[in-house]
Amino acid sequence: MAENILEVKNLTKHFATKRGMLHAVDDISFTIERGKTLGLVGESGCGKSTTGRTILRLIEPTSGEIIFQGQDVNKMNKKGLRHVRKDMQLIFQDPYSSLDPRKTVNQLISEPIIANKLFKTKEEVEARVAELMGLVGLAPRLFNTYPHELDGGRRQRIGIARALATDPKFIICDEPVSALDVSIQAQILNLLKELQRDLGLSFIFITHDLSVVNHFSDEIAVMYLGKIVEKAPTEELFNNPMHPYTQALLSAIPVSDLRAKKERIIIKGEITSPINPPAECRFFKRCNYACDKCKSVPQLNEVKPGHFVACHRLGEF
Amino acid sequence: MHEKDLVLDLQNLRIRFETDDGTVYAVNGIDLQLERGKAIGLVGETGAGKTTTALSMLRLVPTPPGIVECDKLALNGQDVLTMTDKELEKIRGKDISMIFQDPMTALNPVFTVGDQIAESIHLHENCNMIEAQRRAIDMLELVGIPGERAGEYPHQFSGGMKQRVVIAIALACHPQLLIADEPTTALDVTIQAQVLDLMKNLRTKYQTSLIMITHDLGIVADTCDEVAVMYAGSIVEKGTLEDVFLRTKHPYTEGLFNSLPNINDRKAMLTPIQGLMPDPTNLPEGCPFHPRCPYAGEDCRKPQTTRKFSDTHFVRCGAYDRPGFHIARKEEY
Repeated sequence: MAENILEVKNLTKHFATKRGMLHAVDDISFTIERGKTLGLVGESGCGKSTTGRTILRLIEPTSGEIIFQGQDVNKMNKKGLRHVRKDMQLIFQDPYSSLDPRKTVNQLISEPIIANKLFKTKEEVEARVAELMGLVGLAPRLFNTYPHELDGGRRQRIGIARALATDPKFIICDEPVSALDVSIQAQILNLLKELQRDLGLSFIFITHDLSVVNHFSDEIAVMYLGKIVEKAPTEELFNNPMHPYTQALLSAIPVSDLRAKKERIIIKGEITSPINPPAECRFFKRCNYACDKCKSVPQLNEVKPGHFVACHRLGEF
Repeated sequence: MHEKDLVLDLQNLRIRFETDDGTVYAVNGIDLQLERGKAIGLVGETGAGKTTTALSMLRLVPTPPGIVECDKLALNGQDVLTMTDKELEKIRGKDISMIFQDPMTALNPVFTVGDQIAESIHLHENCNMIEAQRRAIDMLELVGIPGERAGEYPHQFSGGMKQRVVIAIALACHPQLLIADEPTTALDVTIQAQVLDLMKNLRTKYQTSLIMITHDLGIVADTCDEVAVMYAGSIVEKGTLEDVFLRTKHPYTEGLFNSLPNINDRKAMLTPIQGLMPDPTNLPEGCPFHPRCPYAGEDCRKPQTTRKFSDTHFVRCGAYDRPGFHIARKEEY
């Protein structure tokens, strides 16, 4: 049996706000096998980025277990965290704001190397930077340039090189291509895929773009208002979506294939407030199939091997 | 041959910006015609000149530093080029209006949404503010927002609702031509579906012509009748949806399609376009795409002309002068 690199159990993050308790992430569990990719999909405000950040403990979780390579990250002290974060890294969404504009490419990429004391001499550090630049496809002549001189695709490559600097086993990619043009987006997606193959990396791929996640992930978890509503292997999820929200989400992607004209399911209304959510299905107010049964919180049940759905009315519509 | 009923007739549009770092050639000779009631998609990547082209139709390109030259710019048969500022004010928002990309910044935060919709009705429709307010409420209801929210301020609305308000402002005076500049880019997919659906319904209702600026070929397939693909300030391919999507001719259009993840074949590696957009201050000679084009040859350095493949399908690619030249993407009929 394949080994799990990460197990997340009952992860919860609530934020206390003036208007009440904001349930950003509410009791979610999942596992990722070594070398695989989990796609975390959902719309703005569904808690996907908060999930990513709590796994790295950049945000302290309210409760839950985060077992990374057999150790509970949530119970670690500062020293342990520093150590484990070498193995788990993050690639940010916006390559325009996530890089310090006053640092050169060399300084940006060497920062994690120096911070983690991976190499001592200047020559060794620079050699490692050059190696990383080669790995992510940055030309050596860019060594001393500043981020503002580069386009979005190259900047995102710097972000990837920084994440790879510590030889991580696991990377959380938080919307790594959504700020980029399609032709550049394809370059970055290919790069991430090659890196995964060559370095045996495991990914969590956070995105709102279902066609990207379809291309990239082995398994997909769909989130809605802090809950996972459906989780399945990618092909299964696309061929056989069961939760009404997943169905609507899939039908809402505009397809560039003229032959694939299809009916779009329009769901009414907008995402409801995550503050003090009532004890009912989170999708209740927007669901076309909602009934009285849905006034209690549905559990995530396995309906087929590997296919989990949280819906009371499964099979009834 | 009967005269076509053209809402927009734009010929040989050239826009450049004089900056300290040199001259930016943003738009380099564009022809665009749009028939009444039709929708055309203007597709391309960041920096292709889509938004600049659209702004020039409203004469909103700042001059200086911009220099706009064109042989003809007519809206509804009226010559926009020679209009005075006063005359322009009359047509903006009335005959032609624009939906901007970011609804968070397009609205004025210190006026209620009702006032912002009423303003354009009051200015253009010759009615008093009370009547305009009443019609603003009707417009709000039309875009699916309860009328009693007219007295609220933009920050009280979500992103999708703000974009609905912007659409309500744009359509308040039933314009003949609507320019939508990436109207759903800032929105989530399910909200995007709602907004596109709304725009489609309103367009059928008022017979509005539409220029849809987007980088998303899926949205074009969904909302438009025709497509113009822009690259580095030129239209490289133009035609009906079927022409461009099924019988693609230009290597750049092919590159765009290949960059998109394929829903049906998810194991396939993507084939991105090599390299980057050219620097608009220093465009390559001849075809601007040739340094990135897999089919490029010496003949691509010569000035390019637009060739006609059918009555509707136009392509700007010199490689078709070579005998038997075709791109790898298959044609479908």
